Order: sequence, then structure tokens, then C-alpha cells
Amino acid sequence: MTAMTDVAFLLLTFFMLTSNFTKKEPVKVDVPSSISEIKIPETNVMLVLVDNSGKVFFSVDGQESRKNVLKKMGETYSITFTEKELAEFGNMGTFGVPMNMMKAFLNMTPEDRDRSENALGIPCDSIDNQFKNWVSAARAEKGPDCIIAIRGDKGTPYPKIKKVMSSLQEITENRYNLITGLQKETDY
Amino acid sequence: MAEVAQDHGDDGKKGKPKKMSTHIDFTPMVDLGFLLITFFMLATTLIKPQTMEIALPSKDKVSEENQTKIKASRAITIILGKKDKVFYYEGMQENGIDPKINSTDYSPKGLRKYLISRNNEAVLKMRALRAENSLKKLPTAVFDKRRSEILSSKSCPIVVIKPTDGASYRNLVDVLDEMAICSIGSYAIVDITPYDLGLIKNLNN
Repeated sequence: MTAMTDVAFLLLTFFMLTSNFTKKEPVKVDVPSSISEIKIPETNVMLVLVDNSGKVFFSVDGQESRKNVLKKMGETYSITFTEKELAEFGNMGTFGVPMNMMKAFLNMTPEDRDRSENALGIPCDSIDNQFKNWVSAARAEKGPDCIIAIRGDKGTPYPKIKKVMSSLQEITENRYNLITGLQKETDY
Repeated sequence: MAEVAQDHGDDGKKGKPKKMSTHIDFTPMVDLGFLLITFFMLATTLIKPQTMEIALPSKDKVSEENQTKIKASRAITIILGKKDKVFYYEGMQENGIDPKINSTDYSPKGLRKYLISRNNEAVLKMRALRAENSLKKLPTAVFDKRRSEILSSKSCPIVVIKPTDGASYRNLVDVLDEMAICSIGSYAIVDITPYDLGLIKNLNN
């Protein structure tokens, strides 16, 4: 009995220390595979999620930085957020809401937020490019070492990805990472 | 839950300390331990996601004389069509004659075979370098230097990737992957031109 307990708690400690939790994402994204073996760092990352219909989602790590990014975005779009709303945003993972709905979105219950009709995506077209502003705000907050990672779905049509890429290009973010799954290099 | 077993032998004998044996039932704790293990096992992601690095040129316009000129014979244009089709041609239009355009797919026998045949020298060199690296464990700086020397050699083809609107993100990643596999150091993602679309159309007819 004692031995089993020891092993059980050893395993528990191991899992507690090594775990990084699967973050909840508003959409399911099935990434393409590649032979690349570069690992993405866990901190200092801006994650851009693109689902197969081309909706764009965004997330920044760090609770404080998220709050500051939202504050900055609020200034750009002249929306003032209350302390409570900022705190809510700080606890949120990936989001995809246009700025005009952000206030309403933050006042929803977490269950309502997860509903699929609220996964709208961040506008990223030439008329209303909020995505660009989000990245700029996050870049100003996180400094030049922060990595941009794009997690696109396999089936996303190229024009949608191109919109994201050219938005990044416009704000001279020319280096970024594409997140892919693992694939063994077959014989060649 | 912890039960303290006491012996009731209180016969009034003085000077002898009372015997107390304590047995604590550990079962609930073990249960809790396993419950937590299960939770952490299910909630964790042990696999870190892979990434491929990509750098795109900035949008600033480059004037005509500052553009890098490359020999047409070194250029390979890869067009990503719809329904997972790939088209490629070498060089460019010369004296009004269109280059020969070929159609293939993303399998190892398709695009990869062609690219390796075009870039054989660099592929062999890279393979040798990797073999040497796994044997001798070269320092990273040395490995990177030699790698970039091979990749930037003058004989390597320069690949222009042109995705059409029908291509998917997966196609793009696949092609970028082929660039890594086939040791092609210089490539660029460029917008499709009506001329290229015309070439595909002619091929299909």
C-alpha cells in the first residue's frame, strides 16, 4: 500500500509540475503537418488563430499584458473599459470579437461567451482592420522579442490566410511562425 | 476517518503508560491522489506544437534598379492550384515563347522528385552535412554556417511560389515544407499574375 501511494504521489507531482493546460479555444483548428522541428516557446507569444472559414482569433500571454493591450485598444477605438471588464479580459484566453461588441462580450457569463455564435472573428479586411491594431498594440506592450505564431486550419482557403499575412506585412511584422503538427520526414 | 484504537485495559495499575496504537486509514488519500493524477493526465498537453519560421518581405516598394536580378534559368515558378494540384515551370517567357508548364501533386513522387532533381547538389551536400552532424555533433554555429553556405550556393534554383485563390493553407505549408526538404534556400511567396493563370488555363485545355 505505502509503495503504491508513493508511486501515485510521485506521478501526481510529475504531472503537476510538467503540465501546461490545454487552453480553451473558441474554434477547432486542425493544423497541417510539416517536418519542421522547431518548438514554439511558451511565453512571449502572440497567437493568431485562423479557422477554416477564415475567421481570425487572437491571444496574448500574460494576464497583465492582456489588460494593457485591451486598454490600448480601447483608446484607439475610444471605448473605456471598467476595471471589472479589464479583469475579465485578463482571464480570457483566445478571443475573436469585433471591438464594438467587446464590451457586451465581456459582460456575458463565461458559458455564453463559449457559444459558437459569439465566435465572430476579428475583422481583418481593408475597410476595418482591427486585427492589425491588435497586433500593433500587443507588440507595443510585449516588446520586440515577442513571437507571432499563426495557427491556421488545413482547409483555410489561401485568400483568407493572405489577408492575415498582408495585414502583418503592413505593420512591418515580417517574421512569424506557422504552427504545424509533427510529420516524420519520409524517404526522399 | 482516522481511527484511534485504544485498549481498554484500565485496571488501575499505576506506573505503566497506557498503550496507544494509532492506525490511520490511508485509502481516501490514495483515492484523492489517483483522482488528481487522472485529472492532470487528461488536462495536460505534453506535445509542444511545432512551428516553421517564415519571413516575408516588407511592403515597401523596391525601385527597379534596387531589385535583385536573377538568371531566368535559375528560376522555378510553382503555382498552387485548386484541388491540391501544383503546376510548375522553369524560367520565364522569352521571345514570346511560353515556358513549358507541368502539372503534378504534393506527394513525394511529384513535386519533391522534381525539386530534388533540380537541386541535387545541394540535397546531397545537406545530407552529408546532416550525417556528419549526427556523428560528430558539430557546434550549432558551425552547422548553421555550413548550412547557409550550401543553401545560398549559386547553382541552387530560386523558387517563386504563387498560390492561386483556390489553394488552401495546407498547400502553402506543404510547399514551404518541400523547400526545407529539398534544401532550397531562396524562395518567395508572390501574388499570382493573370499571365500564370492563363498558362494553367492553356494547359487544361
